[in-house]
Amino acid sequence: MNSSVADMTKKERRAIPRQDMNERDAKERAKCFDEVTLGYSLQEAQFEAARCIQCKDPACIKGCPVGIDIPGFLDCIVQGDLHGSINKLWERTALPAVCGRVCPQEMQCEAECVVGLKEGREPVAIGNLEMFIADWARENGVKNEVVIPPATGKKVAVVGSGPAGITVAGDLALKGHDVTVFEAFHRAGGVLLYGIPEFRLAKDIVDYEIEGLKELGVKIEYDSVVGRTVDVDELLEEMGYDAVFIGVGAGLPNFLGIPGEELNGVFSANEYLTRSNLMKAFDFPKFDTPIIPGTNVAILGAGNVAMDAARTALRLGAKSVKIVYRRTKEESPSRQIELHHAGEEGVEFEFLTSPLEFVGTDGKLSGIRCERMELGEPDESGRRRPIPVKDSSFVLDCDLAIIAIGTQANPLLTNVTKGLELNQWGNIKADEKSGKTTKEKVWAGGDITLGQATVILAMGTGRDAANSIDAYLNGESW
Amino acid sequence: MYRIIKREEMAEGTIVLNEIEAPQIAKKAKPGQFVILIANENGERIPLTMADVDKEKGTITIIYMIVGKSTELFASLKVGEGYAHIVGPLGSPTHIENFGTVVCVGGGTGTAVLHPIARGMKEAGNEVISIVGSRTKDYLILEDKMSKISNELHICTDDGTKGRHGFVTDELREILESKKVDLVVAIGPVPMMKFVSLLTKEYSVPTMVSLNPIMVDGTGMCGGCRVTVGGEIKFACVDGPEFDGHQVDFDNLMQRLTAYKHEEEHSKECMLNKKV
Ligand SMILES: Cc1cc2nc3c(=O)[nH]c(=O)nc-3n(C[C@H](O)[C@H](O)[C@H](O)COP(=O)(O)OP(=O)(O)OC[C@H]3O[C@@H](n4cnc5c(N)ncnc54)[C@H](O)[C@@H]3O)c2cc1C
Ligand code: FES
Repeated sequence: MNSSVADMTKKERRAIPRQDMNERDAKERAKCFDEVTLGYSLQEAQFEAARCIQCKDPACIKGCPVGIDIPGFLDCIVQGDLHGSINKLWERTALPAVCGRVCPQEMQCEAECVVGLKEGREPVAIGNLEMFIADWARENGVKNEVVIPPATGKKVAVVGSGPAGITVAGDLALKGHDVTVFEAFHRAGGVLLYGIPEFRLAKDIVDYEIEGLKELGVKIEYDSVVGRTVDVDELLEEMGYDAVFIGVGAGLPNFLGIPGEELNGVFSANEYLTRSNLMKAFDFPKFDTPIIPGTNVAILGAGNVAMDAARTALRLGAKSVKIVYRRTKEESPSRQIELHHAGEEGVEFEFLTSPLEFVGTDGKLSGIRCERMELGEPDESGRRRPIPVKDSSFVLDCDLAIIAIGTQANPLLTNVTKGLELNQWGNIKADEKSGKTTKEKVWAGGDITLGQATVILAMGTGRDAANSIDAYLNGESW
Repeated sequence: MYRIIKREEMAEGTIVLNEIEAPQIAKKAKPGQFVILIANENGERIPLTMADVDKEKGTITIIYMIVGKSTELFASLKVGEGYAHIVGPLGSPTHIENFGTVVCVGGGTGTAVLHPIARGMKEAGNEVISIVGSRTKDYLILEDKMSKISNELHICTDDGTKGRHGFVTDELREILESKKVDLVVAIGPVPMMKFVSLLTKEYSVPTMVSLNPIMVDGTGMCGGCRVTVGGEIKFACVDGPEFDGHQVDFDNLMQRLTAYKHEEEHSKECMLNKKV
């Protein structure tokens, strides 16, 4: 393979600029659900990987919640050893194709990258390279060739098939335990499937990862709502499971609590995205689930979920999509790249604007009465508090409004499970290191313990819990 | 796949009964709870309250009216075939105890949902008076079954072809005038539940209704099923499906049920055109 990059001098390497990710043209992609990012060529990947200066004490690894050997996997790329590279990733993550696409690297590994700390230089594009290697492996049928030890005869139930559950299931299957995942929906993947849209993370990739899990011997029981179809105590006492991991996510949408929220045309982002992603309403009537394709769409909130909803609405044919947010771009909790992509595609922003009331006729939404805000003194979060501008109310015309102001813990399972202590927000209390809950033989992780977090943090808690469960199944006391 | 082991048509083929193998759901199901069914992998998630459960056989029974593409698809499934997915039991079970005298009012396929609840009420020691209504005689369902578990059964048809010529509310008013009623349970079309609730409010008789809004997940995750009850937003799939009829905003529910009217018509048309 190409060895010229490996032979470059340090000085030559330093001169390489960060390689831009290839992307589908903004105009073209705003009309379809195909993935926005197109990946690197091998040469681009090698150039980018060669920008890594192979620090002795790499700070990037500390920035990674699952501790991937980043300089190691990058050096393999430079050397042309792609097999070596994917194996380095697989040592620490079961979902590199997913993480490469959706992790906030700019706040994690790439934030620590020494190359990027130098003035005028950008950090190594670690996320893009992770995606490159994972896609190469998938496209070439390269599998994680691990030897699974003999069956231990221990049974583990994993509740929820999001990133936390997937990580626990994969890790424990690799240790020889008999793992069954119980998933409420008819398909597996959690938010990766029903939340994050196709154009950011192709569902084929999620399905591929789930298939990989099944190849390790993991069983998946779909249509199983734990707390309804089966209870945690039933799993432990009647069905012979030795341990239960709860990774049910934070799936209860917040509403604004303002008048008119019951009108047709007002959605939670969860519902809108689930209809489009999981139920494939974007392909209606081939798929039976309908969605309201708005003409003028308002999104309330400005986080990642809001961007996903906005960009989905554009692709479903909206003429205008506006993000309504009471603070400014600087305070937006969204990743910069998402804001940038949304803007490029034609999403507009109404910053310093707050909704007061949904208005409509005959039960149908026709607009949102809003007021303008200005920034005052900093609040508890350190961000300047938005305060209303007097007499500034106006009606923003829209026939579809999507509320994306966060989610909370869903109480469905926790309400009926005895012995599980919750914190003040309704999240399950779990030991930070081990994921152990207050109920014996029950572990938890992901958004249900962390609050609304990220894919990689969910995976990190899953990894910790899997280690603790394995130790327990090997005789360690509770 | 969840296999259908019995299929029956009622009301001149407009209403279909399916008994389906679903042992885990049957084991846990209680009266008033619902399931969500998906016919095939492209299908939509359709909530239906269970009409019966056989814990020994491990089966559940649903009874539905053919109204749109999805129920057409359901109706096309034969014995031996089945549903790609069924999830449940969902929602909170009916609160059943000995209230005294309970009037159970059913309309349309609501009677199917009402039956296990009325039976539960009877088993709990209540005097059960049932009123079952329909447009016309041929559209009446479960008359025998309702009669078996009721102390009295009153039939009402809009066209007078059987029983009282009139609405269930006419019958109910007479009963409320003539004796002390402790609870009314009304399940059926939204307008029926609305007018029953308005009537019982006049008599201050507690009234329970079972709502059927549009749903997606059925686990509290999307809020699509939200209904306004006592001025507050509730999620019917977890807080319900049963609510205090005197608190429910029925007009809002009716409007929300029409949210996808155009899409539903389009979807059904596409399906029928393909058939031709
Ligand atoms: C639209 C959207 C976009 C996002 N974008 C990003 C991003 O770009 N980058 C990033 O890092 N993070 C992102 N996040 C956050 C991230 O997806 C979550 O932090 C992560 O998925 C949490 O993983 P989890 O395993 O804890 O739960 P989830 O992914 O929520 O999975 C939980 C699973 O459990 C199932 N379940 C729930 N209740 C039960 C029950 N009672 N019984 C059985 N199963 C049950 C659910 O159906 C689901 O499949 C996004 C979130 C959303 C909603
Ligand atoms: S159906 Fe989604 S919350 Fe009730």
